[in-house]
Amino acid sequence: MIKLNNLVAKYTTVRGQVTAVEGVNLEIPDGTIVGIAGESGCGKSTLMKVIYGDLAYPLELAEGGIQYGFPDASGAEVTSKTIQKEWFRRISYIPQSSMSSLNPVIRIRKQFVDFLDAGTNEAEVLAGIREYVQKLDLPPEAIDAYPHELSGGMRQRIMVAMATFFQPAIILADEPTTALDVVVQKGILMLLLDLQEEMQNTILFVSHDMGVHYQITHKMLIMYAAKVVEFGDSETIFAKPLHPYTKMLTESLPTIGDDHLRQGVSGRPPSLWDDLKGCRFADRCPLATELCKHEEPAFIEYRLGHFAACHYAGDNV
Amino acid sequence: MTTNGAMKTVLQTENLNKVYRLGGLFNRVRINALDDVNLNIQSDEPIIVSVVGESGSGKTTLAKVILRLINPSSGKAIVSDQLVAGPGVKPVKEAFLRTVQPIFQNPFEAFSSYRPVDLYLLETATRVNQMSQADAESAIDEALTSVGLTYADVRGKYPNQFSGGELQRISVARALIPRPSIIIADEPVSMIDASLRMNIINLFLTLKQDYKTSFLYITHDLATAYYVSDYIAVMYRGTIVEYGPAKSILTDPQHPYTQLLLDSIPAIGRKWQRQPIKLSDIESKEFQMTGCRFHNRCPIAEEKCTHERPPAIKKADGREVYCHFA
Amino acid sequence: MKMNNRLRIGLTILAIFVFGSLILPFFNEVDPTKHGTYPKNMSISAEHLLGTTSLGQDTFWFLVYAIRNSLMLGVTVSIFTTFIAGSVGLLSGYIGGWTDRAIMTLTDSVIAIPLFPILIVLATLVRGNTSFWTVGIILVIFGWAWGARTVRSMALSLREREFISMAKFSGSTTPEIVFKEVFPYVYAYMVVSFINAILWVINTEAGLAVIGLSKVEIPTLGSIIFWALSYNALFTGQYTWIIAPVVATVLLFLGLFLTSTGYNELFAARRGHA
Repeated sequence: MIKLNNLVAKYTTVRGQVTAVEGVNLEIPDGTIVGIAGESGCGKSTLMKVIYGDLAYPLELAEGGIQYGFPDASGAEVTSKTIQKEWFRRISYIPQSSMSSLNPVIRIRKQFVDFLDAGTNEAEVLAGIREYVQKLDLPPEAIDAYPHELSGGMRQRIMVAMATFFQPAIILADEPTTALDVVVQKGILMLLLDLQEEMQNTILFVSHDMGVHYQITHKMLIMYAAKVVEFGDSETIFAKPLHPYTKMLTESLPTIGDDHLRQGVSGRPPSLWDDLKGCRFADRCPLATELCKHEEPAFIEYRLGHFAACHYAGDNV
Repeated sequence: MTTNGAMKTVLQTENLNKVYRLGGLFNRVRINALDDVNLNIQSDEPIIVSVVGESGSGKTTLAKVILRLINPSSGKAIVSDQLVAGPGVKPVKEAFLRTVQPIFQNPFEAFSSYRPVDLYLLETATRVNQMSQADAESAIDEALTSVGLTYADVRGKYPNQFSGGELQRISVARALIPRPSIIIADEPVSMIDASLRMNIINLFLTLKQDYKTSFLYITHDLATAYYVSDYIAVMYRGTIVEYGPAKSILTDPQHPYTQLLLDSIPAIGRKWQRQPIKLSDIESKEFQMTGCRFHNRCPIAEEKCTHERPPAIKKADGREVYCHFA
Repeated sequence: MKMNNRLRIGLTILAIFVFGSLILPFFNEVDPTKHGTYPKNMSISAEHLLGTTSLGQDTFWFLVYAIRNSLMLGVTVSIFTTFIAGSVGLLSGYIGGWTDRAIMTLTDSVIAIPLFPILIVLATLVRGNTSFWTVGIILVIFGWAWGARTVRSMALSLREREFISMAKFSGSTTPEIVFKEVFPYVYAYMVVSFINAILWVINTEAGLAVIGLSKVEIPTLGSIIFWALSYNALFTGQYTWIIAPVVATVLLFLGLFLTSTGYNELFAARRGHA
């Protein structure tokens, strides 16, 4: 179980500090695929960085902490301060663009072994990797290539291979298929599903594509303007969403074969620099009342395992 | 549906080819970005045609040829009854700009960061439409209103003061000012948040109605293509594989590639079946294939497919399928 | 114009130098270059603010005239080289094709020509009879090429960007596009290039003075340093003579730099950035 306790993350900029993630309080059971959805700037990537422990200036975890649910080498429980030591082994990260994570002038096999401890038998590990990538539908010679020699889809598979080779307990994927063609995307997502079934790890998957979330996630987290507005089982979230924003997200895209009129979500999220009072979604919400403008809704468990932050949760839009 | 009079050629290409030669002296690779593309879309009223495909399909190259941003290697292209590409073709600039206008993929790149966005609108009105300052201002006002913005929202502001969706709407407004008969939209919503895309897509439908403008919608997103198009052309590795009425093709695909595409869409409401997919090979090899470009990934391919280009098989519902087994 | 601190400080420094060097000479009747006007090697006093040189000149007045001449030469030459580099680079990069190749071949040739050997040859032909302005012309001929190449590569990459197509479809003509769309992106580089050119001129002029291709009798920042070094100012304790021009050059550069970056910041603020 991963426990996120009252996380507050801030960025320091020339204009001052802005809170990119405000008060995230959740429990994520082991072995689940959790999708994180929301508009640009809602805080989903920041939340991922916090969970991964990539807390370099100007990002800081101002309040709260994370319990990862497994002990480190010395037996103590791992927290956000110590998670860095577990990178690649117990927790790994698949970025959006493989080209910005792979060094273009170094062969892939060398990048694989870069993070091994000194003294490990490199040849053994490389042999293991060559075998492993075949499972992912890659030729074993792929790791001898330079990144630009492979197609985008193959590179992303390499990223998945790197992220899963040591069978980490937690995998964080930040829009890993957004830049890929739809056929290649399906391949990678199916791959992730297969690996997850086998390894039973937890995957946190950020995407702005609700269709992708529908296909692969067990639970979903919807974020808006630095806050979590809904969390629950994916099936329920798609069938009976509690928060009006979730409903707007799921209905904002057309489906083939379905001819009824669709509307994009109108307006813009509030600027995080403003002094935000009440529900942050009130300006764009069709259900908003005076109450919403003044009082921030609490994040309540309305049904078992299904949380939402809305005064009118579940009401029809 | 009112008719606008005579049948017009919305888009026609004849043996359109674009070949890129990459590599050095000894290692030349031929990329057929457009490989003998033949399209003939005629209509007496404004329509929206989508050209869909993945990366490497040639759809963006097609858009650039039509916009005269690149020259084809051979063949010709006609847009809105105007010859725009072909050997020695050089249409009169004003006439061209009043017929064809673009919308580009990246809203933040569409404007110079050093100039206020309304200057582009003003220039279009004064130069392409040759309007006076006063007339220009009212034309701009009208165009902005039709996309949901006002002149006051936009006057004197720089691109970084807008969101991606707003910038894209301003691009649409600018493209509308010359009252073009066709707007070429190259992936207009792929860089906008998924939940905000319909705001722009719905605009295309309204504008088709109100301004009688046709659209050429280049995209890799089949769902929005379904929603908005009258006709659709599916492209793969520089060739058209299926073309015809959009709704029929997308609900009943007949080319194996179109079927593969539709199967791969992560749609809400229909879970994927877990089946193996044959991934594409190294791009440059595929571009140099003979016969049908899809044969190495096709579940029904036979010997014939490896050396004979499939012809366009016409079907009852008006579609064309480029497959030996259609 | 709402100015930021950088700009304020930069402009202040420049103002002091420019007005000082232009106006002060009116208060002086003595020719600062004449040798033996005053007793040699005097230290700082009320009469001689920076002492006197080993040639019997008043250091302060020599410096004032030197700054004036260096600035005049620097600014004039830089205006020309920056203008030529900018125009050539922009047009070549944007137009592309054979025009670009032809112009770049010429530019590369100029870059490849080693400046000093040519000048040495010229020096032997001319034998110290060049006028100050001939020096200026030589500097312009050799000074525009590198900048042109840089501007050209910037123009080349900018040409592919979408807002250029947008401008074309808005009806703009090629010259309009080059100067209204491409130029603003190149402008910041050109300002920096202008400042660097001024310094390059001051330094190169000094180098030319050493090989006898410039009139070292004419006071410039370079020539003061040349004379001070020739007379071993450091060893003879003539600190003001050698340090004053160095300090002056550094301050001048600081002023130019602060002005340019301050102006950049100001411009960015006006464009709606934070």
